[in-house]
Amino acid sequence: MSNLVKGKKYQWETVIGLEIHAQVKSNSKLFSNSSTVFGSKPNSQVSLVDAAMPGMLPVINKYCIEQAVKTGIGLKAKINNYSVFDRKNYFYADLPQGYQISQYKYPIVGEGKVTIDFKDGSSKDIRIVRLHLEQDAGKSLHDQNPTKTYVDLNRSGVALMEIVSEPDIRSADEAGLYISKIRSILMYLDTCDGNMQEGSLRADVNISVRKPGDDYGTRCEIKNLNSIKFIKQAINYEVKRQIETLEEGGVIDQNTLLFNTSNGKTRPMRSKEEAHDYRYFPDPDLLPLEINQKDIDKLKISIPELPDDRKKRYVKDYSLSNYDASVLTADKSVSDYFDTVIKSDKSLQDSSKIVVNWITSELFSLLKDNNIEIYDSPVSPNHLGKLVNLIKANVISGKIAKDVLLEMFNSKEDPEIIIQKKGLKQVTDTSEIEIIVDEVLLNNKKMVEEYLSGKDKLLGFFIGQSMKKSKGKANPKILNDILKNKLSKKN
Amino acid sequence: MEFKSITQLKTLLDENKISIKEIAETYIKRINEKKELNIFVYFNEDIIHYQAKEIEKLPNDKTLKGIPIAVKDLFCTKSMPTTAGSKILENFKPTYESFVTQKLINQGSMFVGKTNLDEFAMGSATNTSYFGNTINPLSKNDNPLAPGGSSGGSAAAVAADLCLGATGTDTGGSIRQPASFCGVVGIKPTYGLCSRWGIAAFASSLDQAGIFSKNVKDASILLQEIAGYDQRDSTSSNVQVPSFYKNLNPSLDGKVVGIPKEYTVDGISDEINGVWEEAIKSLEKKGAKIKYVSLPHTKYALPTYYIIAPAEASSNLARYDGVKYGFRASDAKSLDDMYELTRSEGFGKEVKRRILIGTYVLSAGYYDAYYLKAQKVRKLIANDFVETFSDCDLILTPTAPSAAFPLNEKQDDPIKMYLNDVFTVPASLAGIPGISIPYGKDKQGLPLGIQLLSKHYNEQEIFNAAFALEKDYE
Repeated sequence: MSNLVKGKKYQWETVIGLEIHAQVKSNSKLFSNSSTVFGSKPNSQVSLVDAAMPGMLPVINKYCIEQAVKTGIGLKAKINNYSVFDRKNYFYADLPQGYQISQYKYPIVGEGKVTIDFKDGSSKDIRIVRLHLEQDAGKSLHDQNPTKTYVDLNRSGVALMEIVSEPDIRSADEAGLYISKIRSILMYLDTCDGNMQEGSLRADVNISVRKPGDDYGTRCEIKNLNSIKFIKQAINYEVKRQIETLEEGGVIDQNTLLFNTSNGKTRPMRSKEEAHDYRYFPDPDLLPLEINQKDIDKLKISIPELPDDRKKRYVKDYSLSNYDASVLTADKSVSDYFDTVIKSDKSLQDSSKIVVNWITSELFSLLKDNNIEIYDSPVSPNHLGKLVNLIKANVISGKIAKDVLLEMFNSKEDPEIIIQKKGLKQVTDTSEIEIIVDEVLLNNKKMVEEYLSGKDKLLGFFIGQSMKKSKGKANPKILNDILKNKLSKKN
Repeated sequence: MEFKSITQLKTLLDENKISIKEIAETYIKRINEKKELNIFVYFNEDIIHYQAKEIEKLPNDKTLKGIPIAVKDLFCTKSMPTTAGSKILENFKPTYESFVTQKLINQGSMFVGKTNLDEFAMGSATNTSYFGNTINPLSKNDNPLAPGGSSGGSAAAVAADLCLGATGTDTGGSIRQPASFCGVVGIKPTYGLCSRWGIAAFASSLDQAGIFSKNVKDASILLQEIAGYDQRDSTSSNVQVPSFYKNLNPSLDGKVVGIPKEYTVDGISDEINGVWEEAIKSLEKKGAKIKYVSLPHTKYALPTYYIIAPAEASSNLARYDGVKYGFRASDAKSLDDMYELTRSEGFGKEVKRRILIGTYVLSAGYYDAYYLKAQKVRKLIANDFVETFSDCDLILTPTAPSAAFPLNEKQDDPIKMYLNDVFTVPASLAGIPGISIPYGKDKQGLPLGIQLLSKHYNEQEIFNAAFALEKDYE
């Protein structure tokens, strides 16, 4: 698959690396015991430590460390037994300490990799450079008062994992797949809630372009993107801008950019004079973090089945295609739903493709129209399994099944009960169908003659009429057979 | 009535010869009489009276019940404001009590006030405080002397009998040097023995709380009370604190005391070397074995200290930005403007100097040459001590290169001022405990101090030897 972008003069290759900031799922902050609940009253979740009062000291939250280690394991990465928290020094109103505690030289997690899957069934590994832990800053509110800026420190000190990729990504689509995959892994691990709207997952995107085979070009970094849509938009805009600049004979300035979501353009965030020297140095308030192998091994055992393993299992056990399996496993709750359906009845194992289709087309559209998440679905996995079995057993047709599903969605009832109540059971009794067919043929003598004289297409008309008479309940195959049989006898 | 020591006052209290109310009144009167020495940044009679009433209600087995204690104004206290000697924290009222002061409160001590200090503990003469100089109580009228620093107010408070004990902090000598200048006992324990929680930070990897007292016994009582593990300080040591007081034992039989040759520095007065000699002889007489040792990296200690401490300070003091609490400059036109004005007006000259040094040594391109190298040298200095203590129990040195100097001397020469720490800084860098006790006087009758050092968590050995030496001047 070629990812080259055509400029006016040349073909260009896009080179992208991502820094993902994922908020650690934890009840309390990285170095204090304040709560991390989103959307609380401003400054209601601020301890003395978070507000950087004189003499206050950070204490590592062990749970956040475990979450980072689990994430590292999920990213198939090296867990470092020794890591160090450093101070990144800069002044800002929502940074109470005047420094952010982060990890610089010795991160908690080293090299790893993440696999992304394409529609054509192929896949690609994106290498991870590192994962480190750091504190989030507070929030400056500039729009509350014409002359004042307010500061909300609720977020100050919340634990973030920064996941840095190698520049292995070659297009906006790959970037989208990559961040979706990371999000999926984190949600499987339950180490991040993955909520991009609330900012639990944000990304900085490094972009450069080059002619194929050349060295890396000068890169620009787009900061703080919080949706996959914006990430793709920003990349596409920035790639175009860089190519145009270069083709017109210009140069790319290494710069930090912000993406304006309303006009879809990037613009420089700060000028070079404002470039920071962060003066990183090991935080003397914290000892180096040492994790022994035993604790890592213990956490390894607690790691649940991850999307890639699940994908493999689906391909192997249910004969799904690699891509179908990857789509299904992307969202843990969808995949969990699928698993529960399949496990509800052994016979469904051979109908996995039908189950997938019913989940991803019919059920999804109902859920989407009603704005309901799959884990809150009124159609239980058990009931959906039953529905599929009813279709397979020719009790109802696929067409009727759609109506039944809608009824199940609205009433939460068992499909069997719905079918019974509404008399939707498919007619498979040949004598009953024969009566209907006879009636149809009798009422349409002229058409029968035309059919017999060679107008084969009229078969559809007879089927339609018969089906209508059966109120859609006639088994299509049996109906078809009987009709053909009767018509041939008339010949 | 004269109060000589904590142990004596405790006896008086036990025998009902004095009430806590009388103690409060006595010390209030004394402090009022010595106001011109500018020892206290904060002193409030009502708060002392209030405490006295509360302390009365406490059970009698509280170790420090009714004992008047002065608190260096670097410790955050709920009942009194905390300034760190800086305009930037003028009127700052903590909502929390530091670990050390809370422990003292728990044992029934009575805080007589917050003592003056060099701004954010940066100085060696208590002359960089926003609230003015403290005067050494041992000064003659015509020649006001510095009390040393940075815990000069606390040392002076003990020396002037305005309390029976005081808290201090020692980053490079800030307890031991003023103890020496004021003729009192001052101990800086092992780094990590007392929690730093609630002490405004200067240099986190060096800051350590300690004690001033009138004698070694009292120091052992007080240190025992303020030591202990605190999970809120990640560098606090989870070790059993011995009963320093109960275990006090002046016997020096078989103890090996190292005398480091590198502590014979040019320009040190004969009087100081004389006192050192005397102490060595006394130790020998008391049964100790004297061993001349070498701490080869001592000469790098001062420059190492003056890289690491300012580096940490430059970051630790970043929180004083005018945003959340403390002083904020008016008339700022922008956020950057507010930082510049607040910090320019809020910090004094010495603090700004150290922030600049610290910022410089951490800057891109200089980090390796300064900060990283200093950390390596720090390790070598610590190793010198480890090696020496493999066959020595103690090390004996002078505490400071001079007796108390006149107030305005060295004021404009930071390098000269920094040299005050030459004997105290190595132990700070190594994190080992050290005590200064008064030992003899110079020609002008000013006290001189000697310093005893030992390995980590070996405060007991230090107390024992100091207890033995102290008897020479009783």
